[in-house]
Amino acid sequence: MTILQTRESQAMHATMTPEPAGDDAALPPEPAGPAMSGRNVNVFYGQKQALFGIDLDIERHEVTALIGPSGCGKSTFLRCLNRMNDTIDGCRVEGTITLDGEDIYDRDLDVVELRARVGMVFQKPNPFPKSIYENVAYGPRIHGMAPSRTELDDIVVSSIRRAGLWEEVKDRLKEPGTSLSGGQQQRLCIARAIATRPDVLLMDEPASALDPIATAVIEELIDELRENFTIVIVTHSMQQAARVSQKTAFFHLGKLIEHGVTEEMFTNPRHKQTQDYITGRIG
Amino acid sequence: MPQSEHIVTSYEDELINLHKAISEMGGLVEQAITDSTKALLTLDHVLAQQVREADKRIDGMQHRINDMAVSIIARRQPMAADLRLVVTAIQVANDLERTGDMAKQLAKRTVQIESMSLAPKFYNGVKHMADLVARQLKAALDAYAGRRPEDAIEVCNRDDEVDAMHTSLFRELLTYMMEDPRNITQCTHLLFCSKSLERVGDHATNIAEAAYYLLTGRHLAAEEQQRHQS
Repeated sequence: MTILQTRESQAMHATMTPEPAGDDAALPPEPAGPAMSGRNVNVFYGQKQALFGIDLDIERHEVTALIGPSGCGKSTFLRCLNRMNDTIDGCRVEGTITLDGEDIYDRDLDVVELRARVGMVFQKPNPFPKSIYENVAYGPRIHGMAPSRTELDDIVVSSIRRAGLWEEVKDRLKEPGTSLSGGQQQRLCIARAIATRPDVLLMDEPASALDPIATAVIEELIDELRENFTIVIVTHSMQQAARVSQKTAFFHLGKLIEHGVTEEMFTNPRHKQTQDYITGRIG
Repeated sequence: MPQSEHIVTSYEDELINLHKAISEMGGLVEQAITDSTKALLTLDHVLAQQVREADKRIDGMQHRINDMAVSIIARRQPMAADLRLVVTAIQVANDLERTGDMAKQLAKRTVQIESMSLAPKFYNGVKHMADLVARQLKAALDAYAGRRPEDAIEVCNRDDEVDAMHTSLFRELLTYMMEDPRNITQCTHLLFCSKSLERVGDHATNIAEAAYYLLTGRHLAAEEQQRHQS
């Protein structure tokens, strides 16, 4: 059985030092090439084809923004990256999607392990109906990442810190996650997603339900998280895509029309369809 | 890239109005250059005064264009070709305002030269120079309005002619000064006029470069440099 190991857990096995929580744990060098790669990806919902031959590389430590009108397939593609589409009846994925060169649609692959390595944050903050602490501790616990309570504490604290939420919740870790404001809940969900030390973080419109201040906090956070994670974000806000991402991919009617450096895409797109979409024209 | 219409019609209107304002300001500045040159060559005091008055309108246009551009950026957050239109509108308005100042300089000198007697041969060079830069300015504005990048390239290539003419005019006027020191005052005035016109040529080049960037999203100067290197 193929088990995708997190780099963190590889480090543990390699060094036999049970200190997984420390940020400075010696990590094996990152593999070369893109973090994730899609080749000729076709997706069908029953008879209807939703994606047509998508070829897209997700580069390491970059934020890749997926943009396009509703129904263009950007969320479908995002959900292919951690096999969230498996949960949809009648959904069929063709082609190859790799994570560090390994096929994530390999039959023997452990999907739970995959989702620990490719975390996800959704449009609407969805904390578990548990305490703030338990929300973040859940992932590391079920993945057996923290054998002792101290180690679990370390992971929870460092994840909440990384999510920029620590100062606001340090005295109320036992309170329910749902007692937080919308923006705080979203950062809690980010803390929960990064607690399993994923390589890639998928974000499906993470700030669309938030006010401008909470949005700015999330965007600042995305920029900081890029140092440790590779991020793929779906957004309807052109300005947000322009602000947070280094690469942008424009989808239209299930096809990848244009993919490139964000700055270039928003000042001088190559394709008319991209230009029409980002400038708000009738295509 | 051909342009479709914006979904939000008021946004479409704002961009059209901005583009129109640039054309209008361009028209005023072209007229100012033509009038100031004519005033200089015919020593027309009244026309010179009109140019100085018109400059206030040109300055007002620049403020209006800047306000329009800032408002579009603040409220619409333009992207791609729209962003380039707004940014180049600010640049072009600035170059046009400076060109207007040059026209005003020529008009001021007309008033100063009026009392002096000058042989017509002194003016010939200045007249040729003025004709050339007026054509350059018109071509640059046409390239911007007509959306033709190849016209913009031509304007930039012709700027060398303007510079060469300024250099030759400088030598010519120097010769007149050496021939008879009584010419020095007049010729110095004309030298300054030539310099003003040479600067108008530079602004025309800037406008052409802005037109090229607006239309292609690429910087002409950088592309030219690359071409020379390869």
